[in-house]
Amino acid sequence: MIRRKERQSGEKLTVRTILEPTLFLAPFLIGLILFTVYPFINVIIISFKQNYKILTGAFSGFGLENYQAVISDPYFLSGLKNTFLYMLFVVPIATALSLLIATMLNGNVKCKALFQTCYFLPMVTSITAVGLVWKWLYNYDYGLINYLFSLFGIEPINWLNNPKYNLPALIIYGIWNMIPMTTILLLAGFQNVNPQYYTAARVDGARSLRIFFRITLPLLAPTIGLTLIINMITASKVFSELFPLFNGNPGAAYSLYTVVYYLYDMFFVKWKLGRAAASAVILFLIVLVLTMIQLFIQRKWKNY
Amino acid sequence: MKITLEHLTKKFGSTIAVNDLSITMESGKMIALLGPSGCGKTTILNMLSGILPATSGKIWFDDQDVTSLPPEKRNIGLVFQNYALYPHMTVLENICFPLEIKKVPKKQRIARARELAELVRISEYLDRKPAELSGGQQQRVAIARALAKEPQLLLLDEPLSNLDAKLRVEMREEILRIQRASNITTIFVTHDQEEASSIADDVILLKLGVLQQQGAARTLYDEPVNFFAADFLGAPPINKLRGTVENGAFVFEGSNVSLTLPLRREVSNGTKAILALRAESVVVPADGASLTARVMNRYSINKDELSVLEICGQQFRGFISGDYPLSIGEEICFSLKKRGVFLFVEETGERLA
Repeated sequence: MIRRKERQSGEKLTVRTILEPTLFLAPFLIGLILFTVYPFINVIIISFKQNYKILTGAFSGFGLENYQAVISDPYFLSGLKNTFLYMLFVVPIATALSLLIATMLNGNVKCKALFQTCYFLPMVTSITAVGLVWKWLYNYDYGLINYLFSLFGIEPINWLNNPKYNLPALIIYGIWNMIPMTTILLLAGFQNVNPQYYTAARVDGARSLRIFFRITLPLLAPTIGLTLIINMITASKVFSELFPLFNGNPGAAYSLYTVVYYLYDMFFVKWKLGRAAASAVILFLIVLVLTMIQLFIQRKWKNY
Repeated sequence: MKITLEHLTKKFGSTIAVNDLSITMESGKMIALLGPSGCGKTTILNMLSGILPATSGKIWFDDQDVTSLPPEKRNIGLVFQNYALYPHMTVLENICFPLEIKKVPKKQRIARARELAELVRISEYLDRKPAELSGGQQQRVAIARALAKEPQLLLLDEPLSNLDAKLRVEMREEILRIQRASNITTIFVTHDQEEASSIADDVILLKLGVLQQQGAARTLYDEPVNFFAADFLGAPPINKLRGTVENGAFVFEGSNVSLTLPLRREVSNGTKAILALRAESVVVPADGASLTARVMNRYSINKDELSVLEICGQQFRGFISGDYPLSIGEEICFSLKKRGVFLFVEETGERLA
């Protein structure tokens, strides 16, 4: 590889030609190694260390004890289930809604800039501030959502305090949170579709709905696939959304553990580093497998 | 289908792209919209297809006023400059797409697509995606797709500009063949005078949105109405020699060498004029009344022997047979043919002779 590069540029490999690019790359590389590569490897190692103590660094040996403990922990399993359910609902619904919004924003709407700002606002707002607003929206007695329900004669729902409704509340909030970024990505995808295809289809007599399903959607498929993967990874890490809604607890009755909440709980509350690391590795593997499956399906779809 | 443009005008803001254009295009013909970039030729095409609305004026398809009809109701086939083939569909699906919209049953659709593929000679590529085809093949698919719904009018936007030189010659003959076989009125846009001359029955020459001349390419070449037409058609470009008109004769600039030409109207003495002559109108050895020029250079392009000559300090080029010995720096006598020699008023471009 290096030899081929050398031949192309006609430059010889000297200390200088090696040192110079390395120096330019160093600031980024050092950061990457320090904050991404090293912790990543370290987490994997820690997950195999038994009785690991972070302060002394002492451990009794390598083994699968942490993994065994984690996968037999009902909190972890319920966290896994909740995370899956969250992903299952949030990712497709948020992506579909974003597609709808992106389609509309891409068209000729009046006050386009205003709408764009509105849709992208959640992205630049602090998740905690937004969460507090949602907490208020979900309020049993005074919340806007229950008020709207009452207009249609629906009984008020105790979103935040009845454990039964905790997950739906989290999902709705999660969908809302995910829409802006997805919409931006999809809008970028729209920009890549040559408008001439629309003109061609229009000259042939196609109407908007057919153009959307036969032209836009297939051409947008790679972007949609990308957003699905990104959203899946984001959703698998659901954690910070819990804090403002449930006063820092995983649901009203501690029934809404997620994998990352479990990880946090193990690390910062219970100081069981090995288990926290093991749960992180398990989550990583699950997301990895899901992403691979998705990429595989997408490759089958990829049509041009 | 006969197409009539009536005082057609298109403005973009304060820019006038097409200015009060009135033309009739005959049915079943191959028509070229020719002009340099910015002459409004693509704008006219887009107005014909209905993609762009006209600012004022009317467009008639036979005796139907289509000016305000949307593209889908005009029954036209449009081939885009970069073909705009749907990249996610196979060739067959691309050709079938207009028929699918027309709700033609699937079997008929495919039968028709195969027929068209035969016509444009891409039958063996029906299952390929556009990205797997060469430029020329994509062009053929685009034409087949445009013809699928049996349009009354086929519009081609710079159909050959994306192809390399060799393929261009091949494809322009193909386009002519397909047009003749389908007998459909075809209008194509081009900035290449050679392309227009070689296949169009009727050439419409435009400049800055204004019609310059319409007619067979030969007519435009032999009888240009103004300086622009004479200059735009022909390769090598027509020779331009500056001078004035004195007592009904052309006098070369900075000399008293004159050339008498039958003028169409009288002009005042001292009117600045341009003598335009085609390279093939220079006759050596001189035949009859002659002028003297110095041989400056000489080179051959395949069969042609092109000589650079100088008369009264102005250079021009002429085809002189390689059999005739010429040496550089030599003074020679030459005469001019009747054909391919024109005189224009410099300021207005009006033709004087």
